Amino acid sequence: MPDSDRRVWTKKDLVGMEDLSRDEIELILDTAPQFVEVSRRESGIKKVPLLQGRLVVNWFHEASTRTRTSFELAAKRLSADTLSMAASTSSSVKGETLHDTLHNIEAMNTDVIVLRHSAAGAPHILAKSHASHIINAGDGRHEHPTQALLDAFTIREHIRAQRNDPTANLEGVKVTIVGDIEHSRVARSNIFCLKKLGAEVTLCGPATLIPPHIGHMGVNVTYNLREAIREADIIYALRIQLERQHDGLFPSLREYIRLFRIDSDAMKHAKPTALVMHPGPINRDIELSTTVADGPRSIILEQVSNGVAIRMAVMHLLVNSGKRR
Amino acid sequence: MEATVLMDSDAIRATLTRIAREIIGDNTDLSNLVLLGILRRGRPLADRLAGQIGALSGVTPPVGSLATTLYRDDVHAGVKHKGETHFDFNVDGRTVLLVDDVLAAGRTIRAAMDEVMDYGRPRRIQLACLVDRGGRELPIQADYLGWSVSAPPADWIAVHLTEIDGEDAVLQERRD
Repeated sequence: MPDSDRRVWTKKDLVGMEDLSRDEIELILDTAPQFVEVSRRESGIKKVPLLQGRLVVNWFHEASTRTRTSFELAAKRLSADTLSMAASTSSSVKGETLHDTLHNIEAMNTDVIVLRHSAAGAPHILAKSHASHIINAGDGRHEHPTQALLDAFTIREHIRAQRNDPTANLEGVKVTIVGDIEHSRVARSNIFCLKKLGAEVTLCGPATLIPPHIGHMGVNVTYNLREAIREADIIYALRIQLERQHDGLFPSLREYIRLFRIDSDAMKHAKPTALVMHPGPINRDIELSTTVADGPRSIILEQVSNGVAIRMAVMHLLVNSGKRR
Repeated sequence: MEATVLMDSDAIRATLTRIAREIIGDNTDLSNLVLLGILRRGRPLADRLAGQIGALSGVTPPVGSLATTLYRDDVHAGVKHKGETHFDFNVDGRTVLLVDDVLAAGRTIRAAMDEVMDYGRPRRIQLACLVDRGGRELPIQADYLGWSVSAPPADWIAVHLTEIDGEDAVLQERRD
């Protein structure tokens, strides 16, 4: 162990997992435990002064409860001032308009802008031309980097506890992601992140919901749930977006449930140590049965708790260590 | 690089014993005392002090770790991570003894006090340091001090402890 850790964060923004190196991902994961400790304080103030006097704007163009609340709480626990901007009524915002809106927000001297947008690439475009630190809180079907980071952190904590090794990493850990891969930014960010950390990723779901060339990302693909989860250390269920049913991408919910639901029957084929995750919100008894979601192998609520710590770590690194334009 | 030995392992041991006696003398109710070692080298020093206090008085105070990282006024210089704050006791109404290896500007101690205060309201906070090297930038003094040296700003006071460095020594390294 070095005398003190002098790794320094240099990026201005967090746009996607595709842009991050393994070292950068690990720096974020290693920065988070101190923030877990802050949220767990039993007495006193659950806050630290790292972003005192800074302005964090949550700018959400899409509905979100969990992610927006998590970012807001993270900013507040860092002592930042926060503003939440209501979801825009217009779903397709043209480039110029988005820039103009951001210029107006920035006129209030913002430090961090947390952006959720239905257009893939929106945070990327804004990050290049604006001075504030931009954090992507989900852009279209593209990426949701803080979700992948909190997932990797949660997995790492459990691997470390299971192996009783405080330095264990994700090398060789087998993660199976089940469900609608095609439309999932959570899946994309997780694949980038997990692969960079050395995990083995298997995807499973209806053929219509798995992109045909996804194997290029270095993942295994199977359409058989039992086969997919047999060796898995982590079984990650994705939310089925019910509106996709009308697009004819899977014949019926009943068939999806029969073939791909993670329930106690499916879990009989998994390793006894396998853990179950889900990014939320859950469609109960569709992609995940209630018995499993609320069962002893589910670490879904830990994902939520860790989300606040990871978002505190990201904001702290960007503001106090990252370059500003 | 030229280095002078300020304290060897015998001197460190004798100093910690003396400080332990002073702490016992000052604290009529030792059961109210808790020690917080400032990471990294304050923690092994706090463990040793607690052991000495226990050996001399029969009451071994609980020990915890304080990172201070989240309360520093120079976080903008980069991220320095020395571990996490962790202790299992409530600080409300207790005498909290902060333990660190080197006292210099006093900024670490300011951060440590702010951090402790966020956990509760101690009855009082005291400070024990192995070496005071001078160069204070804040009005902070140690209540218990091992050794005082007026070192030129460029010099480095290196505290080596068996638990971390494999040996006990305090060195003054001259840097031009």
